Amino acid sequence: MTAALRLDRRGLLKAAGALVVSFAVPDIAGDALAADLRPGKPPLHPEELDSWLAVAPDGTVTAFFGKMDMGQGVDVAIAQIVAEELDVPLARVVVIMGDTALTLNQGGASGSTGVQRGGIPLRNAAAEVRRLLFNQAAKRFDVPREKLTVADGVISVEGDAAKRVSYADLVGGKSFESKLTWNQRYGNDLTVTGEAKPKDPKQYRLVGTSPPRRDVPPKVLGTLDFVTDITVPNMLHGRVVRPPVAGAVPTGVDEASIASFAGAKVVRVKDLVAVVAETEWDAIQAAEALKVRWSDAAPPFPATEAIYDHIRQAKVVTRQAPVDQGPVEAAFAGAARVIEAEYEWPFQSHASMGPACAVVDTKPDSATLWTGSQKPHFARDGVARILGLKPEQVHGIWVPGPGSYGRNDAGDGAAEAAVLSQATGRPVRVQGMRADGHGWDPKAPASIHRARAGFDKDGKVVAYSFESKGFSRLDMSANESSPNDTLAGMLVGHPPKSTAAFGVPAESYAFDAKRMAWETIAPLLDRASPLRTSHLRDPVGPQIHFASESFMDEMAVAAGADPVEFRLRHLRAPRDIAVIKAAAERAGWQTRPSPAGRQSGDTLRGRGIAYAQRAGTVVAVISEIEVDRRTGRIWPRRFVVAHDCGLIVNPETLKRVIEGNIVQTTSRALFEEVTFDKNGVTSLDWLGYPILEIGDAPEAIDVVLIDRPEIAPSGAGEGSTRPVAGALANALFDATGVRIRRAPLTPDRVKAALAQLGQL
Amino acid sequence: MRQRISLTVNGKPATLDADPDMPLLYALRGDLGLKNPHFGCGLAQCGACTVHIDGVASRSCGTPVSLAEGREVTTLDGLGTADKPHPVQQAFIQEDVPQCGYCTSGWVMTAAAFLEENKAPTDAEIRDALAGLKCRCGTHMSILRAVKRAALLMAERRRT
Repeated sequence: MTAALRLDRRGLLKAAGALVVSFAVPDIAGDALAADLRPGKPPLHPEELDSWLAVAPDGTVTAFFGKMDMGQGVDVAIAQIVAEELDVPLARVVVIMGDTALTLNQGGASGSTGVQRGGIPLRNAAAEVRRLLFNQAAKRFDVPREKLTVADGVISVEGDAAKRVSYADLVGGKSFESKLTWNQRYGNDLTVTGEAKPKDPKQYRLVGTSPPRRDVPPKVLGTLDFVTDITVPNMLHGRVVRPPVAGAVPTGVDEASIASFAGAKVVRVKDLVAVVAETEWDAIQAAEALKVRWSDAAPPFPATEAIYDHIRQAKVVTRQAPVDQGPVEAAFAGAARVIEAEYEWPFQSHASMGPACAVVDTKPDSATLWTGSQKPHFARDGVARILGLKPEQVHGIWVPGPGSYGRNDAGDGAAEAAVLSQATGRPVRVQGMRADGHGWDPKAPASIHRARAGFDKDGKVVAYSFESKGFSRLDMSANESSPNDTLAGMLVGHPPKSTAAFGVPAESYAFDAKRMAWETIAPLLDRASPLRTSHLRDPVGPQIHFASESFMDEMAVAAGADPVEFRLRHLRAPRDIAVIKAAAERAGWQTRPSPAGRQSGDTLRGRGIAYAQRAGTVVAVISEIEVDRRTGRIWPRRFVVAHDCGLIVNPETLKRVIEGNIVQTTSRALFEEVTFDKNGVTSLDWLGYPILEIGDAPEAIDVVLIDRPEIAPSGAGEGSTRPVAGALANALFDATGVRIRRAPLTPDRVKAALAQLGQL
Repeated sequence: MRQRISLTVNGKPATLDADPDMPLLYALRGDLGLKNPHFGCGLAQCGACTVHIDGVASRSCGTPVSLAEGREVTTLDGLGTADKPHPVQQAFIQEDVPQCGYCTSGWVMTAAAFLEENKAPTDAEIRDALAGLKCRCGTHMSILRAVKRAALLMAERRRT
């Protein structure tokens, strides 16, 4: 249930007038939220210790976290880190996140940095609170600090059991009024330090254990409110009406066409057409019935199957070569043998379980936004801009949404609800239909990847080149702070501002001469496009490493080498070598070149490996697959994952996150492809855009966690996403001798390739 | 056009005046103010809206409300409580299954109905029974563990 919470952020109240009511989001926050947590506290500011932590009179410690957990357990890790520094029981730590009135903008969920970066200021703030409380206790008992110890939030004087005081008795309900040093940055970069030195990891008791997630019981019991469940008094239901040809704009609306739906009204703001109604069912029917005349827009897209030729031929907008080592062209020219290959990856949809939903209540000089966006501070900024308000006039409140693995359509829903609320003067809830989600969410970019390798006469790699060309991963920004990056924003007059960005493989293969470069091309449609591109879990990682790790195996084949041995031959960094060896050992990898050789029967078996790094994390994935010769179906019977993300905070939760990444990327590698015709997207539901079914889930995913307490934790939300497609493609080759260079590896493609090879 | 429809929802009688063709989902969420089930696709393709109608797992987004006349509807939050969770809920909690959790109604309600029919299912039977449900976060491994655990919990409850 949502609890009413009175806020006392003086700065906010002055700026925003009457914003005194918030909805405490998570049930899991418990009663701590019902109490007024912040009477007389200083304004929310990174330098204020009170902006990060509070100790309530009952001893509850509240951590105000400006990143987000999207269901992977980051909030539990943060609670562990805070409880660890403070030496309080874990159960006593409450983590608040996603409320722009209560938390600083630490960047929201972004690049798997929840613990890696988001945990650092919380850890430092907790250490500082502990230092201050020790100082107070030392004064109270008139003993040196060194004589004090703490257990379960109670400080006592060593050797004098009578002298003890709890954190709550020292500071409960009061503010710290103490400053931290701030690096003057917001977002992912935001960090603070105090005078206190955080604990040595050797002393950790809670970090490294596996307390369960707190959002799971209310989710399983059906008692947790999602953003789709938010209702506010006097709320309307809104539905935006999309054009039949992408890029077409309305030239006329027949309001009489929805006259039969009592209370349904047309809202038109510039090129945005929508209906609003008192009930959701009426809004749905009216949106379907509404007759709109659309402009005669030229169909903007090639056919699905023509997309790779389009990419090949398209003018390059930006080219970058972040890695250029040695005389690459000269090395190729001098090579005894050169192999090359080209790989293709399609547009993919976020395909969140529910289409975007948001509620916005717009008043003349303020607004409240309820959103499932994984970056609620930025979504708040975007809503403020589209409404012509200042960010501090808008209160953004995150409520769990239907899944988020990057820049999905959540921010589009927020912008639509804002425009409709402002136009109607009433709170508006927007949720699209399935076709709005699949059809109109931002897409992960399609791309091609060209790889070349030159060998000398002894089979040694002397030259390597890997170049990607595709749509930018930042056609839409990674966050929703600008209306230029939302459909509604574009429709009401904020043109998109595409940023050119792609990437290169993240590995440490040592070749004498090595080039890794990328090129981006222009979006297919420069306004409100259903094929606009954005970040989807491990932005461009699956694409790039499908290609680069497939090609590593092609190089191994050319060298007549075992794929594991070939990789190890070119790696020097101990952590790279360790994950590959750990995976191979757990999998019982037999050293031999691929393919496995002629197999009898209808089920062909093969194994494949791939490895990648990601922002400090190193992962090796081995897949063991079965290929049905008759149907072309690939079943990844078993995965082995060796995972090194430095110090491990919560191993059991980490394992589940890795399993989720493996399964989700298996889905993308085997099944997922956005289809379209010249007018728009045609994969508009789960039949048109199939994802992995439980029958396709592996029998086992063996996760080998390599804990490195001496290395600060890095991200775990995406590293294991990277190598999956390559490991599957390599296993397919091992099983069949067929190399498929176009994702996804669908049964039809496998069958066709087997037929071509005479394997059918 | 509108029709008076009486049904039982989570053990309580409910009467509503609704378009008989309106999907049950909107009656539960809109007319009756329940927070479960969820709208996922509106096409009976994903399961996020699953409820029990007289004990049968049904997609409420594709079930006209008129078909629920006189029937007993159970939603995820009517299946069990924090103090007395349904064994499937208990197992899903013990296995820390959901990530975003939006699809939970589909898996839990379908598994709960299935385990009434098949009390000791094999892995293959579980996979068959849960075919057609979607989970975008990829929690399928946890789901399989939880359903197997739930079968054991239910067997235990029957014994005691």
